[in-house]
Amino acid sequence: MAKTLFDKIWDNHVVKQVEDGPSVVYIDKHFIHEVTSPQAFSGIEKRGLKVFRPDKVVATADHNVPTINQHLPIKDELSRLQVQQLIDNCKKHHIELYGLGHPFQGIVHVIGPELGITQPGMTIVCGDSHTSTHGAFGAIAFGIGTSEVEMVFASQCLLQSKPKLMRINIEGTLSEGVVSKDIILYIIAKITASGATGYFVEYAGSAIRALSMEARMTICNMSIEMGARGGMIAPDEVTFNYIKGRQFAPAGEQWENKIAAWKQLYSDADAVFDVEINIDASEIDPMITYGTNPGLGISIQGHIPVTENITDEGERKNIIKALEYMGLESGKSLLGMPIQHVFIGSCTNSRIEDLRLVASVVKGRKKNENVQVMIVPGSQQVARQAQAEGLNKIFLEAGFEIRQAGCSACLGMNDDKIPAGEYCISTSNRNFEGRQGAGARTLLASPLTAAAAAITGVITDVRELEPIH
Amino acid sequence: MIALKKIHSRFVPLQMENVDTDQIIPARFLKATTRDGFGKNLFRDWRYENNDDTKPKPDFVMNQAKFSGEVLVAGKNFGCGSSREHAAWALQDYGFKAVVSSFFADIFKNNALNNGVLPVKVSDDFLAQLFELGAEDTISIDVEQQSILIDSTGEEEKFEINLYKKTCLLNGYDDIDYLISNREAIEAFENKL
Repeated sequence: MAKTLFDKIWDNHVVKQVEDGPSVVYIDKHFIHEVTSPQAFSGIEKRGLKVFRPDKVVATADHNVPTINQHLPIKDELSRLQVQQLIDNCKKHHIELYGLGHPFQGIVHVIGPELGITQPGMTIVCGDSHTSTHGAFGAIAFGIGTSEVEMVFASQCLLQSKPKLMRINIEGTLSEGVVSKDIILYIIAKITASGATGYFVEYAGSAIRALSMEARMTICNMSIEMGARGGMIAPDEVTFNYIKGRQFAPAGEQWENKIAAWKQLYSDADAVFDVEINIDASEIDPMITYGTNPGLGISIQGHIPVTENITDEGERKNIIKALEYMGLESGKSLLGMPIQHVFIGSCTNSRIEDLRLVASVVKGRKKNENVQVMIVPGSQQVARQAQAEGLNKIFLEAGFEIRQAGCSACLGMNDDKIPAGEYCISTSNRNFEGRQGAGARTLLASPLTAAAAAITGVITDVRELEPIH
Repeated sequence: MIALKKIHSRFVPLQMENVDTDQIIPARFLKATTRDGFGKNLFRDWRYENNDDTKPKPDFVMNQAKFSGEVLVAGKNFGCGSSREHAAWALQDYGFKAVVSSFFADIFKNNALNNGVLPVKVSDDFLAQLFELGAEDTISIDVEQQSILIDSTGEEEKFEINLYKKTCLLNGYDDIDYLISNREAIEAFENKL
């Protein structure tokens, strides 16, 4: 029978099917961090258990860590305690930890791929909804809650019901100034923030195949923002070339065997999906959000919807409430609107290619004096590479502030927050009320769009940025 | 986990769609290392002015004395966003045993069930009826029968829950007990890898 990419990986990992219930699914790799693991460790300890397969768990500290002076003790007492508990728990349970100060430390969804830990055909989980990122390698990767973290600790398995499957085909060529962040913001705007709930999504088509590995990660990363449990892309030469030679990538004969197996990971030509959506890549413009969920996005050249014209009452109320929070007006264009902050970072857009995109816009320019710009590399490795490539010099000359690796202002668990009422163009993934700090107003966009706004101080179409004279 | 069989209660109507877990429990409260005490920060920024718990916002339903009960009724796509289980812990700690909506986000649904908080998915029409009821109206939820009843009108609807999860809820079992009991099968599976 014809199988989808998802089916092939799923079938390889089912230990057992529960009668009239879920499947016991084996997990190949379990990433953990300081915020969603402590209660899971204490849970198994209460049951008198040890971590069943500690060699399949990798830990890092990312969510609440400061992004300045990481060599000093964390000032915030609760954060310090949480990070210390992760250190203690990993030591006690023999789990590899890339904590603060370690050269591999960084955002969990940045370090897994860059270390070659994330590989095609795997099942990967983490107590974080953006675990969907790893699906870009042709893996089944999804976020779980802390009780589920505890289950994986206890058994290396999870009880899961097979989700429905959706394929989104994006064919054609992207316009100039349009990058993968715009693709995913466009999709979410089209199908809404709940449009893929209950589904696992495979992204396919020539526009996807043409993307780099890091660009693919940005797309899979935001699958959860339309409700999908995960997103995935069939592995190909781009994937293999990315993995080859990385720290924990297979090598030698093992590499050849893996490649042969990975080449089988694609949806068969006659495989059936519950839903298919087709998108023409040339229709996509640089995107920006105006509301308080990632589905409320428009082309940078577009206008905020006119609320009176929205027929669905629930949706109209939502948008009115969102615009009130955002201090924006129905029917208006966002172009030219002043912003006070630019945040470049998060598991969505903090990789080296993202920083190169920003540098390509910023080189030889200075930021607008009314804007504060923070660049937070996704990992220590990204930070070192940015330095080595001379990107840091470009950023510093532009007046940007370069921080140390972590989740930072994406969720404002540390001190990196946007003040109430102020606007931030952010390359992160969520524009929920208060996400970047109580009362903060977030506009999600690509690294190019964020960089353009940093220079002009207002919302700008990067394609219209005046050349340097 | 505590068993859950029946609920007969008033409910708190939160007539909002896309309630994300950042609203249910803001990130700044995720620094705790135990599961306890999240209820006081449930919907923190919708409940209080300027993060000050001496200044409840009078418009927010949880601050209106007329609304009470063990059930939260909310608009579609409840629990979207972050996977934080703290959202389910906060609802439970506050005293909610069930959440009724026309649509739940996947991760939240699992997290709720893993903590004995029942997500009850109803039709848009039934949800609209619930929002039209008065504060003194009560509903009855029966896990065994998979039914939700508006006591005053007699309007009833069935809801979905898989047999395995239903058995867990009715008996207070959790997945970990089940998974550990399967370790032999898991080891056999590993040997084939």
